[in-house]
Order: sequence, then C-alpha cells, then structure tokens
Amino acid sequence: MSGREASILVLPTPRASRGLWRDALSRLMRNGPALVGLLLIAIFVMGALFAPVIAPYNPTVGVLMDSMKGPSLAHLMGTDLLGRDEFSRVLYGARISLTVGVVAVAFGLLFGVTVGAIAGGAGGKVDAVLMRITDVFLAVPGILLAIGIVAWLGHGEIQIILAVGISYAPMFARLLRGTLLALREADYVTAARSMGASTPRILLRHMLPNALTPLIVQATLALATAIIDVAGLGFLGLGPGDPRIAEWGEMLTDSARFLQSAPYLIFFPGAAITISAIGFNLLGDGLRESIDPRLKR
Amino acid sequence: MLRYIVRRVLGAIPVLFGLSVILFLFLRLLPGNPAVAILGQHATPQLVAQIDTSLGLDKPLYVQYLQYVWGLLHGNFGASFVDGRSVASTFLVRFPATVELTIGALIFAVGLGIPLGRLAARHPNGWIDGAVTVLSLFGISIPIFVLGYTLVFIFGVELHWLPAVGQIDPRLNVTPVTNFAIIDAILSGRLAAVEDAIAHLILPAIALGSIPLAIVTRITRASVIDVSNEDYVRTARAKGLTEKRVDDRHIMRNAWLPVTTVIGLQVGSLLAGAVLTETVFTWNGVGSWVVTAIENHDLIVVQSLILIFAMIFLAVNLLVDIGYAFLNPRIRYS
Repeated sequence: MSGREASILVLPTPRASRGLWRDALSRLMRNGPALVGLLLIAIFVMGALFAPVIAPYNPTVGVLMDSMKGPSLAHLMGTDLLGRDEFSRVLYGARISLTVGVVAVAFGLLFGVTVGAIAGGAGGKVDAVLMRITDVFLAVPGILLAIGIVAWLGHGEIQIILAVGISYAPMFARLLRGTLLALREADYVTAARSMGASTPRILLRHMLPNALTPLIVQATLALATAIIDVAGLGFLGLGPGDPRIAEWGEMLTDSARFLQSAPYLIFFPGAAITISAIGFNLLGDGLRESIDPRLKR
Repeated sequence: MLRYIVRRVLGAIPVLFGLSVILFLFLRLLPGNPAVAILGQHATPQLVAQIDTSLGLDKPLYVQYLQYVWGLLHGNFGASFVDGRSVASTFLVRFPATVELTIGALIFAVGLGIPLGRLAARHPNGWIDGAVTVLSLFGISIPIFVLGYTLVFIFGVELHWLPAVGQIDPRLNVTPVTNFAIIDAILSGRLAAVEDAIAHLILPAIALGSIPLAIVTRITRASVIDVSNEDYVRTARAKGLTEKRVDDRHIMRNAWLPVTTVIGLQVGSLLAGAVLTETVFTWNGVGSWVVTAIENHDLIVVQSLILIFAMIFLAVNLLVDIGYAFLNPRIRYS
C-alpha cells in the first residue's frame, strides 16, 4: 500500500515547457527524416555556395574535343554536347535553382501574407473582395499560371521569380486569412481588445505570431514544388534564356534528344532536382510534426 | 440540395468574371502596340491590321472587353495568328488526347493509391508503411519530366517493352473519328490497334499520375487510420464481425469521403501536369499545344487555353463539391 503511494509520489512532474519554438526545435532535432532533409538541403546549399571552389571546370566553357563523354574520373558526371563538364554545371545550377526557388517563395509569402493579413484582419467587404481576387488566381491550375505570367513578362530570372511567386501567393493568403479568422475568437484576442489594444497592434503582436506556424510549414513544402516548377519552366523553354547560365530544367531539355546515347545528361540534373525537392519535403513534414505533434502525418 | 447547387454555381460567376478581365488585360497591357507585341517577330503591317480589327483595338477599352466577353459566350475564343484557325476548333480536336491521358493517369493513381494506402494503414509504422511512405515522398518530389524521361529510357530505349512517343503507331492507319486513340482503335475493329493505343498510354499515364498517386496514397492511409480508431469500429470488432467485413462495411465506407474529395482536387494538377507530360511524350493534346503556342509567341492561344483550363478546373471542383454534399448532408447547410 505504502509502496504504491510512494510510486505515485515519485511520478515525474511534466517538464516545464521552454516555449513553443524551443520545444519544436528539440522535437525537430529528434525527427530522423527531417534531419535527413536538412542534411540534403545543406549539401545543395554548400554545393551552390562553394561552386566556384568545388567545380573542377568552368560550367559555361566547353572543350569540343570532350563532347558527350560518359562519366569518368576526369568528368564525374560526363560532358554535354558542347563538351562542358556536367558536374560543374549541376553545381552552378544549384545556385540558380535554389536562389530562384527561395526568392520566389519568399516573394509569394510576403505578397500572400500581406493580402491574407489585410483580409483576415479587416474582414467584411475588404475580405470578400480580396478573397474573390484570390479565387481567380487559384482557378488557374498549378504551373499554368506561372507559364502564363512568364509568357507575358518575357524571359529572365526576375520574371521567373515573379511568376512562381505570384502563383504561390494566393495559397499563402488563403491559409493566413483562414487562421486569422479562427484566431479572432480566441480568448487572448478578446482580452487584448478589452484592454484597449488597437486593431493593428492586436493583428501584429497577438494574432500574426500565432498564425505563423502553418505558414512556415507550407512555405517549406512550397520550396520543394517551387524548385520543381522553376525547373519545369526551364524545361518548357521559359527558363532564364541565358546560355551563360546553367539551369537544371534547361539542361534537361538540351539533353532530351540524346536520351539514347547519353542518358547521364538527363539523370544527373534530374536527380539534383528530385533530391533537393525530397530534402524540402522531408524538412517540411518534419516541421509540421514538431510544431504540432498531434498532426503526426 | 438544389439551393446548394444554385449557390455554388452562382459563386463561380465572380471568379469567371475576374478571370476574363485579367486575361483580357493580358493581351491589352503588353508593352507598346498590343498587336505588334502579340505578333512579335512575325509582325507585318497586314497582320498588325488583322489583329487590330479582330481584337477591336481601335475601340475604347470597355467596348473591347464587352466584345471579348460576347465572343466568349458564343464559344469564340479567338484565332491563332499562326495557322489562322479558331482556338475552339483546334481545341476540340486536341482535347480528347488530353482527356485520355488524364483518365489514364487517374486510373493509375487511384487504382494503385487506394490499395497502397489501405495496405500501409493496416500496420502503421510497419515496414510496408515505411516503404509506401518513401514511395509517396518520391512521387511528390520527382518532376514529371524527369520521371517521364526515366520511364522512356528504361521501358522504351533499354527494354523495348513500351512505345514512348505519340498515341498510336501511325503505320496502323487508324482513322481518327473521336480523336480518343483507344476509342478510334476500337472503332477500327482491330485488336492490334487497341493494344497499341493502350501500350502508348501506359508510360505517359504513369508519369502524369505519380503526384496524384502519392497524394491519394497518403490521404487513404491517413483516412483509414483515422476511421479505424473510431468507437464504432471497435464495436464492430467486439461484435465478432470478420476483419474483412469490418474493413469493407465500417472502415472504407467512411474513409471514402476525404479520398474522393482529394481525387477531385487532383484534376487541376493533372491538367497542369499534362503540359509537361505531353511535351515529354510528344502527345498531341492541349498541353503540348500550350508549349507550341508559347514557342510561336501565339499569345491569343496561350490566353484562351489558360481560360479554358481554368474553366474546366472550376467545373470539376464544382462537381466534386456537389458530389460531396450529396454524400455528406452536413456540408449543405454550412
């Protein structure tokens, strides 16, 4: 009897929470798949950052004598039609794909968050109008909106960033607006309002920080699709259009004709796109699970 | 129910209006003279004048818009300046190929995704579940065109198992009647032609269906696990019902709802994915037409196709929502 009482007494008290973010971080660090994702992303970021140091050759200057050589010690991933080193091009391609993908998602996030915050914060007619406009953009499926925007704006990295960013903005706007509408009824918002806090203050200081989590998760997952979409635009001939730039999607188009004789020219850039997308997908899923442990897959 | 349908149909009107305004401005707000910008390097005085009159560029903007919408309501989506043919007529010829491809991809995604999801849900966190999770992660991470070329290389170039280009072998001389390759082959009455058309569809359908496959698998798995934890499932087991009966009658009936919704939502990604898939497999559908139009700088076609894709997407979403409301009465009243 006394033994049982004693065992109740020694039950560990729940560890005091150290705050949402630190808890989430410690859960993330114990999430195996997320760490694999982080590692994959780190490899590509390092490759992109140190491309000039790592790349054995100039990615844009080829030696015609070495045209279409298969993978070897001299050329780890072989050479393309113009005799350019494929490994160096994949490395430099990481710079374009990662920067364009990240900047596009950041732009879409900024744009979407602004629209979503105004709609969710103001409510009423402003909300209705903004959401109808969002619906219009959401009605154009997937990469097609980005295709249309690039067709309209013309070639170039900035154009691709704008196109992919704009095509992602409605999703972020929707997400934030939905969360904000749900939060309006939260007790702490009522409390802040009753204490006389101004609407912008309530929105910025109380509601936005609490609405951030789903946005962060969605933005990480969007990085995966953004990289795929940017490559897709390049593949369709809507890439940067600058022969001095190595871009994964354009590299694939250039090599598609040689699928039979030089499949490695498709394999390596293709694997680069896929593996970086896997990295961001793993990290995004891991973030979702660690920020909200109830949502385990 | 009828009120719900009317409300949803009316709800699509502002979206269509907004789309028509944006796409109308798409051509008019091009820098410089719109006709010259539309024609690009093809601009000749005759063509510029032709575009000017066909778009009514000499009239005030609102008149141009009304003319544009009036045309749309009469099925006039403009004409390609490259071949002079109306967008609507070329669309009708090419659309069956895209429908065929999309249906093939859906059959692949749903036919494989639901069993895989159920299998994974049977022992959550077991090794089958792990393998299915890795497969679906791969499915959403590999770009359609990378998977497409990989399939072409393995099954077309190396193994010679399946054709990798087009919809049907032109040497079979199948007369296009419906422009659905498989239906035309059936109409030709030759088994070899039907087999050939189906063989042509397999690789593109797998490439296009990879993302929906991953998503359908994930949702089925999550939905089945969710329902399996319900009290009525435990009750059913406690009553001593066979595992198969519990699975079919108690779990799957309820797990279907989210799965059907997600399947409907995939149509958008399939339509957009068709652009990439058709380019890889030289498939003569609407998707590859978008790419040709962009290469030719045929902006009227690009504009019209975006509008048509969006209309199809809206219509399918509407049908899915109505179907969902039909299955789940709680939706109708919210």
